Amino acid sequence: MPSDMILLLGVNHKTTPLAVREQLALGNGYEQPLHALRGIDGCKECYLLSTCNRVEILVVAQEGAQVETHIAKLLFGDSVAPAQHQDYLYIYRNHEAVHHLFMVSTSLDSMIVGEAQILGQLKEAYRHAAELKCTGPVLNKLLHKSFSVAKRVRSETLIGASAVSISYAAVELAKKIFGNLRDKNVLLVGAGEMAELAAEHLVGQGVRKVVVANRTLSRAMDLAKRFNGTAVSLDELFSQLEQADIVISSTGAPNIILHKQDVKPIMRARRNEPIFFIDIAVPRDLDPELNDLDNVYLYDIDDLHNVVEINKSERDKEAIKALRIVDEEALKFQSWLDNLSVVPTITALRKKADDICHIELERTLCRLQLSPDEQKAIEKMALAISSRLLHDPVAFLKNDSCKEQHDVKTEMIRAAFGLVDKN
Amino acid sequence: MGEISYLLFQAVLAASCMALVFYGIFFVKQKEKIRTVARLVLLTAGVLQTLYILLRYLQSGYTPITSQHETIVFFAWSVTWAYLSFRWRYTVKNFGTFISLLVFILLLIAAVASHAINPLPPALQSWWLPVHAGIAVISYGFLALAFCGGIMYLLQEHELKSKRFGYFFTRLPSLESLDQLNSHCLATGFVFLTLGIITGSIWARQAWGTYWHWDPKETWSLITWFLYAAQIHQRFSAGWRGKRAAIMAIIGFASVLFTLWGVTYLLGGIHSYAQ
Repeated sequence: MPSDMILLLGVNHKTTPLAVREQLALGNGYEQPLHALRGIDGCKECYLLSTCNRVEILVVAQEGAQVETHIAKLLFGDSVAPAQHQDYLYIYRNHEAVHHLFMVSTSLDSMIVGEAQILGQLKEAYRHAAELKCTGPVLNKLLHKSFSVAKRVRSETLIGASAVSISYAAVELAKKIFGNLRDKNVLLVGAGEMAELAAEHLVGQGVRKVVVANRTLSRAMDLAKRFNGTAVSLDELFSQLEQADIVISSTGAPNIILHKQDVKPIMRARRNEPIFFIDIAVPRDLDPELNDLDNVYLYDIDDLHNVVEINKSERDKEAIKALRIVDEEALKFQSWLDNLSVVPTITALRKKADDICHIELERTLCRLQLSPDEQKAIEKMALAISSRLLHDPVAFLKNDSCKEQHDVKTEMIRAAFGLVDKN
Repeated sequence: MGEISYLLFQAVLAASCMALVFYGIFFVKQKEKIRTVARLVLLTAGVLQTLYILLRYLQSGYTPITSQHETIVFFAWSVTWAYLSFRWRYTVKNFGTFISLLVFILLLIAAVASHAINPLPPALQSWWLPVHAGIAVISYGFLALAFCGGIMYLLQEHELKSKRFGYFFTRLPSLESLDQLNSHCLATGFVFLTLGIITGSIWARQAWGTYWHWDPKETWSLITWFLYAAQIHQRFSAGWRGKRAAIMAIIGFASVLFTLWGVTYLLGGIHSYAQ
């Protein structure tokens, strides 16, 4: 155990531009990447989080193994030259990794501090990893802890109350363009979760109509029903654009689905009525040049970040409180981790004592003709003797007073009791 | 009476300055209370302007809209009241700040111009004077509102397009409300402008014998009229709105200012009374 370390590698919206993030090999799905990660030499436990703002890999790895470079290669694929990996990638180890994970789960590291979506995404990612049996005792504990830290931050600070999610930012922008949203039509292109959330906010502002355009019509109909809207197929996109005022695009398409030259004639048909495009898809759905057209406003995920920056100062106070909780919990976890090196020794010690007891009991009991009650009493006695004998060495191991010497203590006990080293 | 008139003008200037200061503070702080005060001060300034114009009328015996000083005061008055009448129906966030700045600048120019009361030239001794000149300057008031709205639109549009949100983003209203303001002010201003040109033409027939004789002022009024007519036509036929409409409102207003001052000082002509 002492020779293992927790390693966190990742890219996020702060370190890596959208264009690079779109190219990442590990950006799609969970199953394949997790299999690939598990196959890396020296990787004992692994977990992958992939959202539209970040891709993060958390592993428990043997120290000394070349895990970092392997993961980086896996993450970037062929899209980025190995020499450039360091420009985009951040790597945290042990305590730092734990701290960062908590920062993420509490959404302090989010594009939008205080947003709640990340916790759901984290849980989803964990479910995938757990189903594929990629996580072990350390990551199970660590991830569950990260969930509870997030809950603690949410209940003890106002970070969530003042939280502005991407969709909220989108609503604010829409209000700056349209003023009143009451007579506006919303078009959802693609039926992702993010789009759903944004639409929910807009419906809360009283927009007139919601239209959902999706490749699979059934999903579109499900979503449309939620907002009392209509569903159309993606082929009708252009004609729908003539009526829509706010377009939220979140398809999983690998390429741009709407180009500048497509929108130009539409603007003429709309008689230049302003239109607001929100591109929350990664990779991008909409041509960035749309923004150059008059009365067309295009915001992608990175742009929305700026809108949120405005009321950042108000939330900073709460963020400081939340940060304190994260620091605290990260330290607590560190001490659990330190103790963890002791736990297998104690288990081994108890197992050895139990084994000896059982062997000796068997030997003795089969020679003596005793009633079941008497047999039980003798068994009890033997176990009691062994556990009382072990009480002091275990207490010695668990003793927190000289933490730094855990390694020395476990070595000593292992040698004294002749425990076989499993590592 | 000259003494009172002088003092009253100082009061007008002071009140307009105070309105600008309060609207300025409101622009920075965005506190509702300050806005209420600013509105009251601007209303007071508007009332004082009205009183000053009435006093000037009593002093001179004719509608005070002939000298440079009088025209500009009347211009400021029409901007103020166009705004006050407008905001009675619509609220456009922080519009008052821009308007009070324009009003104050106009009054400063009026303060510099000669206050002297000149005897009325014989050609202007007609009841057409208040009708024609009054309507024309009132139209300028509404067109000035469209100009301010146009500038605000360009500022806000720049923030939204560049995606770098500076000082103005939260303080300026939505693009749609600014575009609506542009459309309403232009429609009202254009009606008055048209009436101004028609009444001027009728008066010209009486005073000079012909309805139209291509005096520089007439020509430039017509150019201004066409600029606005083209813009309104394009809005309804081709959907010119937003940025293009804002730029057109600014260009149109530049033409208005040229008609008012540029023609008088640069081109002359028989219509140039206000020297």
